[in-house]
Amino acid sequence: MAQHKVNYLQESGLPVALTTVDKLVQWGRSNSLWPLTYGLACCAIEMMASGASRYDFDRFGTIFRASPRQADVMVVAGTLTKKHAQFIRRLYDQMTEPKWVISMGSCANTGGMFNTYATVQGVDRVIPVDIYLPGCAPRPETLQHALMILQKKIRRESAFQKLKPKRLV
Amino acid sequence: MREYQNRKNAQAKAYYSDRFYSAPPVPTTDVATDEVFAADLKSLESKFKIAKSYIQAGQMVLFINPEDIKAVMIHLKEELAYNFMSEMSAIDFLEKAGEFELFYQMLSMTKKKRLRVKFSIKEDQAVETISDVFSSANWAEREMFDMFGIIVNNHPYLKRLIMPEDWNSYPLLKTYPLIGDEAGQWYEIDTIFGKEHRAVVGPEIRDTKRVDAKDTTQFARVRHEVPYGEAPSSKPTNYAQFQEDGGVPLITKFNGEQKTLKDRK
Repeated sequence: MAQHKVNYLQESGLPVALTTVDKLVQWGRSNSLWPLTYGLACCAIEMMASGASRYDFDRFGTIFRASPRQADVMVVAGTLTKKHAQFIRRLYDQMTEPKWVISMGSCANTGGMFNTYATVQGVDRVIPVDIYLPGCAPRPETLQHALMILQKKIRRESAFQKLKPKRLV
Repeated sequence: MREYQNRKNAQAKAYYSDRFYSAPPVPTTDVATDEVFAADLKSLESKFKIAKSYIQAGQMVLFINPEDIKAVMIHLKEELAYNFMSEMSAIDFLEKAGEFELFYQMLSMTKKKRLRVKFSIKEDQAVETISDVFSSANWAEREMFDMFGIIVNNHPYLKRLIMPEDWNSYPLLKTYPLIGDEAGQWYEIDTIFGKEHRAVVGPEIRDTKRVDAKDTTQFARVRHEVPYGEAPSSKPTNYAQFQEDGGVPLITKFNGEQKTLKDRK
């Protein structure tokens, strides 16, 4: 027999919770962010560590996917070379809306220490970025923090807004 | 005990007196000092013209004619048991000497010896492939073509190895700027969006420490703050009053009108 007691006076007499559709949808979206594995350099090691058991991204409902079709968020972890730039754009275009991008580490943010001819000076030259995550390389806690900030951002948004093309740069 | 140095005026002296220090050259010895190398050199000299030869850091260095490279490699492999070509590439001496210097690093597993074959070619001169003698030269020659633009004759697949195929110029030339030429700097924009998109994205920001005093969209000068994107002002804003300046000791009421950073992102 159930031992818990429903406080009917406090819950207006009904076991019902009221919310908005926005909150419900964005709650669902923000708690099942599936990132596209986009390890480009040493930041990928930290990203993998975040996904593994010690830091355990699964707690956030974040499960890495290997296909852009199944992914909501792209974690650009590492140095983007100019040769590869067109492929990151193609994979970004293949992701279904709504989609977000976390630029992880100095190289993805600004090109970092690779001030050379072969490195894209920031992935925001190619794809729109939502969260810039500093560090070289950022620790797994930092990536988790970035993901939690992204979740907060998603929860603030309206679920039914028209998807504006995101600003590049 | 250390040698005595006069440190009388040490503080006044510049810490680094030799600013453009150049390392002393690695000492070289004669080939005759090593009997294995001496025998190898004798065998090579009987067939090919060796312009210069010496031993440096335990490795023999040979300067040959560019036309002889394939025959020398076959001779090294089949007669002298240098059965491994570990590395080959070029060095850009175009400004210094008007030519590329190519080097081929060889290893003999049985003799436990390494030697280096070198020769120089002019800028527009092609070189014969050795990829049918040593397979490891296949990608090395492709990389050399990619980085220096040196054509390798009879190569099975002379295609760029590292840079994209439509890349302009050759990045390891000393004349190539480190941040890339114009085509290189706009490469990702041109390939993905097209040249018309250059104005949208703007040029690369290469100086990460750059702070533009006139840029009011990204920076706010302390006590000279202006609204987002407006022209910078030299007049100090006076909304912050300090007690030391004879200002109010306590702020009793916040005046929202004085808030200047309305549109700050």
